[in-house]
Amino acid sequence: MDKNLKKEGRRDFLKKSTALAALTIATPAIIKAGENDERIAALFEKIPLNLEVNGVVHSLSVEPRVTLLDLLREQLHLTGTKKGCDYGQCGACTVHVDGKRINSCLTLAVMNEGKKITTIEGLADGDNLHPMQNAFIKQDGFQCGYCTPGQIMSGIACINEGHANSREEVQEYMSGNICRCGAYPNIVDAVMQVKKEGSNHD
Amino acid sequence: MINFEYIRASSVKAAVDALAKNPTGGFIAGGTNLIDLMKRGVTVPTRLIDINNLPLKEIEESKTGISIGALAINSEVAENELIKNNFPLLSMAFAAGASPQLRNMATVGGNMMQRTRCTYFYDTTMPCNKRQPGTGCGALNGYNRMHAIFGTSEKCIAVHPSDMCVALAALNATVEVSGIKGERKILFTDFHRLPGETPDKDNTLQKGEIITGVTIPFNSFNKNYYLKIRDRASYAFALISVAVALEIKDGIIKKASLAMGGVAHKPWRLTDAEKYLIGRPVDPGHFQKAAYLAMKGAKGYGQNNFKLKMVPIAINEALTKAIA
Repeated sequence: MDKNLKKEGRRDFLKKSTALAALTIATPAIIKAGENDERIAALFEKIPLNLEVNGVVHSLSVEPRVTLLDLLREQLHLTGTKKGCDYGQCGACTVHVDGKRINSCLTLAVMNEGKKITTIEGLADGDNLHPMQNAFIKQDGFQCGYCTPGQIMSGIACINEGHANSREEVQEYMSGNICRCGAYPNIVDAVMQVKKEGSNHD
Repeated sequence: MINFEYIRASSVKAAVDALAKNPTGGFIAGGTNLIDLMKRGVTVPTRLIDINNLPLKEIEESKTGISIGALAINSEVAENELIKNNFPLLSMAFAAGASPQLRNMATVGGNMMQRTRCTYFYDTTMPCNKRQPGTGCGALNGYNRMHAIFGTSEKCIAVHPSDMCVALAALNATVEVSGIKGERKILFTDFHRLPGETPDKDNTLQKGEIITGVTIPFNSFNKNYYLKIRDRASYAFALISVAVALEIKDGIIKKASLAMGGVAHKPWRLTDAEKYLIGRPVDPGHFQKAAYLAMKGAKGYGQNNFKLKMVPIAINEALTKAIA
């Protein structure tokens, strides 16, 4: 088997093929845009953006229409944050901005100038998982796993906000994260475990 | 999403001027509804003016009431001690709305400016007089389970989706706006409008005006309750909601303010029920009579006929829970 091919993951392949697809549509788009110079400026103008993601400062250039979620996934290749519905209904895209949980699909990247973003990739300290990550494993807080990064980010915030005082309160304050597999009881168990044991992480 | 010009405004005047120069533009604050609408092509602004840097985030106490900046974040207002102590009804309404993540993004001004969640409004392949005047109302004889029973017109039977606004209507709040012609105040109950012949207009804000804040007068309501009935236990728009604020002294209702969500194109004040309750003793029979009076002019459109039965029961329940 080709050694290089073997090393390549599904994501690497996706990244390459996406880049190829972008190239193939680039030419006609430019030609079409050439008919109207003003439109080119509007369409291709990128805005400088400085933000910190998981402790790393990034100086980027982005189109205004790019959401924070797409910036994280497509430009910074932090694919741990998931795109579920893309309309703020499922919570799979939950990240922390300046310590507060938000839906990254409903904020433009350019609106986050100077902000500090924490994603699921920023929780573990090397091989040491965040207590909430450990709790999800111990309590079996997931099945397919797609909603899990958002659930974990939300669970941490739920405790930080002081809204994890009972199972009922956790259920209410985790309601912005949908789990289609229905792992809810175990997700609540995980949040309650961390609340009980205390967390010295953020 | 169709691309657009992006501008960050550093003052209210700069924001107003930037919009005046491009009438097809719009303001963006939290973005939770606007970005949703832009992704679906329902709203297509050519210029977005980011107003998040404007100094409109403060919650301040005066002699007569508390003013909340238009950019104050929903979750922060809900948990603010001044608000919790003086206007528990507002905190309850916030807690019932959206999800914790969305409440961490949404602003007070943006909450007021959010559009209806009518499926015909959201589906650009469907007729909708609100989205595209003159195309008709798909909901009138269509899927209208979530729709209005009060103050409707043949042009539109959509409802305003906010919980916060229902509480602010009951609390006799005032909206402060700023525009090219200067500043003005609008009674909260006059801010949103009924659809009439022009359902494309959600509110009475003039072109180019920006909301700068909301002021709530201090009150003597000692019994408050926000009841929200929805299809699941949390994180869903209201089928109906009832905001109750009562002043009760020696078993007599001295003051009453009632408003409903999920039943009209705007937060719906129950003025007939309020008038009936004031001066009467706390009594289940009077609550039922008030709920009956509140139904004047109610009209179902098929799938939402259940609201005609549910509304009086909900009013009665909200009143009962308020005094409990």
